[in-house]
Amino acid sequence: MSAPILQVSDLRVTFDVPVRGGWPWTPPRKLQAVGGISFDLSPGEVLGVVGESGSGKSTLARAIVGTVPSTGRILFDGRDIGALSAEERRAHRRDVQMIFQDPLAALNPRMTVGDIIAEPLTTHFPKTPRAEVRQRVRDLMERVGLLPNLVNRYPHEFSGGQCQRIGIARALILNPKLLICDEPVSALDVSVQAQVVNLLRELRREMGIAMVFIAHDLSVVRHISDRIMVMYLGRLMETAPARQLVERPRHPYTQFLISSVPIPDPALEKARPRPVLEGDLPSPLSPPSGCVFRTRCPKAKPKCAEVPPPPYDVAPGQRATCHYWNEPTPMMQAAE
Amino acid sequence: MAPLLEVEDLRVTFRTGDGEVNAVNGVSFALNPGETLAIVGESGSGKSQTAYAAMGLLARNGRATGTVRYQGRNLLELPQRELNKVRSEEIAMIFQDPMTSLNPYLRISDQMAEVLMLHKGMGKRQAVDEAARMLDAVRIPDARARITMYPHEFSGGMRQRIMIAMALLCRPKLLIADEPTTALDVTVQAQIMKLLGDIKRDLGTAMILITHDLGVVAGSSDRTLVMYGGQIMEEGTTDAIFATPTHPYTLGLLSAVPRIDREDEELLTIAGEPPDMSRLPPGCPFFPRCAFARPENATLRPPLVRLPDGRRRACHVPVEEILAQKEVAQ
Repeated sequence: MSAPILQVSDLRVTFDVPVRGGWPWTPPRKLQAVGGISFDLSPGEVLGVVGESGSGKSTLARAIVGTVPSTGRILFDGRDIGALSAEERRAHRRDVQMIFQDPLAALNPRMTVGDIIAEPLTTHFPKTPRAEVRQRVRDLMERVGLLPNLVNRYPHEFSGGQCQRIGIARALILNPKLLICDEPVSALDVSVQAQVVNLLRELRREMGIAMVFIAHDLSVVRHISDRIMVMYLGRLMETAPARQLVERPRHPYTQFLISSVPIPDPALEKARPRPVLEGDLPSPLSPPSGCVFRTRCPKAKPKCAEVPPPPYDVAPGQRATCHYWNEPTPMMQAAE
Repeated sequence: MAPLLEVEDLRVTFRTGDGEVNAVNGVSFALNPGETLAIVGESGSGKSQTAYAAMGLLARNGRATGTVRYQGRNLLELPQRELNKVRSEEIAMIFQDPMTSLNPYLRISDQMAEVLMLHKGMGKRQAVDEAARMLDAVRIPDARARITMYPHEFSGGMRQRIMIAMALLCRPKLLIADEPTTALDVTVQAQIMKLLGDIKRDLGTAMILITHDLGVVAGSSDRTLVMYGGQIMEEGTTDAIFATPTHPYTLGLLSAVPRIDREDEELLTIAGEPPDMSRLPPGCPFFPRCAFARPENATLRPPLVRLPDGRRRACHVPVEEILAQKEVAQ
């Protein structure tokens, strides 16, 4: 096993939230969007990050790219990205690229598709000959399934799926080592979503790019990831190889999450008992003490309110942040 | 049993700066009392506009023709006053985004009581009591205390529950739900779908469920109607449609969805992009993307034909050919 390309340890992101009706000197309230996340990513590996809204998954992505300030340590290729010189930081920006959720909003409406795709190259390597830039753009457009003769069109002339292909081409032009995909297919229709998922899988197979794939749709994440990480209220709940996580989840939250995903098969779906997770996400401004999931957890005991659970090793490659991972979850039992 | 709602040859056209857009092109279906019909399709398939047209809720530049018969009356021809009566007491609708359909300036109690005061002639106090009871029924904890709160004080899932409670106030016989869970997280979606299932069971409400999520359809509908390019591609019992799709589009759609209970090497995709509704092909709208298409199908629109098992489909390709393909794919 080669050295990890990305090592994240105890990553925390805290936002200041001004107190409403407070004085200018009233200290702001602290909102911890990401609270102590650690993981490693090997070259060429795809890590899926799932969680519901407010789980901190997008903030995690932004912290890795370096667009929100964070504490903790992020090592990329063995180097601490918090301690990079200006020159090294530019190199880091070349190696890590991002794909966004809303493909049209991520593209400058006043630039042609060719210029949009070429921009990272012309910014980082301004001396690249024009002919070479043009050739690279055409090659990439073909690679992601766009007709190269559309190079002079503008983003609004393309459909959502095509815009996402443009975004992918732009992210690939610098041959990055790591691709951060933040909900890349959530805005797309089913038939187009499958095209983009397949494209990302192909690219990963051919170019060996590592990916952090963030999405709320567990079915899509399972399909593309080697390993999955489940987040809730900024904390890690469980991480495991994709198949293991879906088939043998040990954390009660993961269990509820998986049983909530509908399966497009009426016979299966109507026969399947559906334990429903009750209640709402607590406010991230005043998260529950101890385990953040305990307010909705059917297994919660007094200890859960007092001691935040550490990640327990529950199986090879699988860790669950639950004191009682070994005990059956009541409602799931009834379901089985 | 007489159908509750009968839609016949419904067409919706929008007049836009770029010419006429035909959003719905000759849709016909019937809905029985107590039945749940799912209308599935991707964006631009006309699934929402079909419901909006039936309810008289089209945008100003839209025009609907055909008939929408509800208990013997054509809703498209009813004067506004009578339509309002139907819309409040007989048919109710819930929308995708509960934040934009609730009035942010009014307390929940005021918004809900207004419905009862207007349509049932209740007094304010009685109406608020009834509203609180309904909030209780949709399992809003501590409903009596929270009814005086404003919409922004509730989470997305709670707001959708409030919308559902409001829609049920006049005990409608038909509930139209337009993407009721699309804006919600998956665990909240499970809560809401369970709630809708309970309502259907307890009150016997018929439901039209408009969605793009095939998983949601599978778990909660009796019949499924698949739309594409403003037309019905296939319609039948949900079990039959999912088990043996006979239309190339249904087949493609079902194989393009990743499933959590399966590990597929590669998703089968439908080539190409959804159609531009202002430039629909003269024949089958799915023709440009269809794997089974033959050149002679390009200009001829396939009629919606009823099969022996009761389902309807609009496709030139023989059923056997598609079923054979399905076996190969599996």
